[in-house]
Amino acid sequence: MQKVTITDAILVSNYIKGDESALEVLITRHKQRIYSFIYSKVFDRDIAEDIFQDTFIKVIRTLKRGKYNEEGKFLPWVMRIAHNLVIDHFRKNNRMPKFDNSGDFDIFSVISDTSLNAEKVMVKEQVESDVRRLIDELPEDQKEVLVMRMYNDMSFKEISERTGVSINTALGRMRYALINMRKVIEKHNIVLTN
Amino acid sequence: MAKIYSEHSNTPKKQGFKLRPKDETISFILNYSKALSVINYKNLKFEALQN
Repeated sequence: MQKVTITDAILVSNYIKGDESALEVLITRHKQRIYSFIYSKVFDRDIAEDIFQDTFIKVIRTLKRGKYNEEGKFLPWVMRIAHNLVIDHFRKNNRMPKFDNSGDFDIFSVISDTSLNAEKVMVKEQVESDVRRLIDELPEDQKEVLVMRMYNDMSFKEISERTGVSINTALGRMRYALINMRKVIEKHNIVLTN
Repeated sequence: MAKIYSEHSNTPKKQGFKLRPKDETISFILNYSKALSVINYKNLKFEALQN
């Protein structure tokens, strides 16, 4: 028995006349080609699915409004609609870039809210207060250099001029100040982290 | 330098998918078609979706 294939043009014509089953035949006939075309551009199944759906919604509306005038060229016409919708999709995405978190890289691992919350502000104040008390325990000459360097942001040249000692001496006092502070921190198990 | 051969997890060929739309999508399109009617009034066309 010979299989009779109804042409696209006849199916489109039947559909316009009200035969809903003609659309089903057209979709079944061309769905793989149209979907593959869309997928080859967007590389995402969900997006391809959406564009496929939008393509046929446009096809249906055009046909039902009687605006279709490309008899015999149904598939190229649908492909052109799909192509335009793919372009629209990329245009929309360029305007509003989004991050795809499906891979190994998580964008939220590198961006964070840098402002401190109430708890972090309190911890920061506590740490700063502890450090100041540690500095107060240092010998006067070491304390002087450390305060000038860390709090007044002075260079060692400026410190040496201000204190009347050589740069090397100022550097040495700074070094011993830090060593002594570390010793006290370790001895008393002080936690200075924010 | 190490080469990284990464492939998108959604790649259909890897997962044995066939490149065709889901049945639900086809079903939605066919139902939309059945529900949509265009009403002609003089030179105007109105679309109506009936569920």
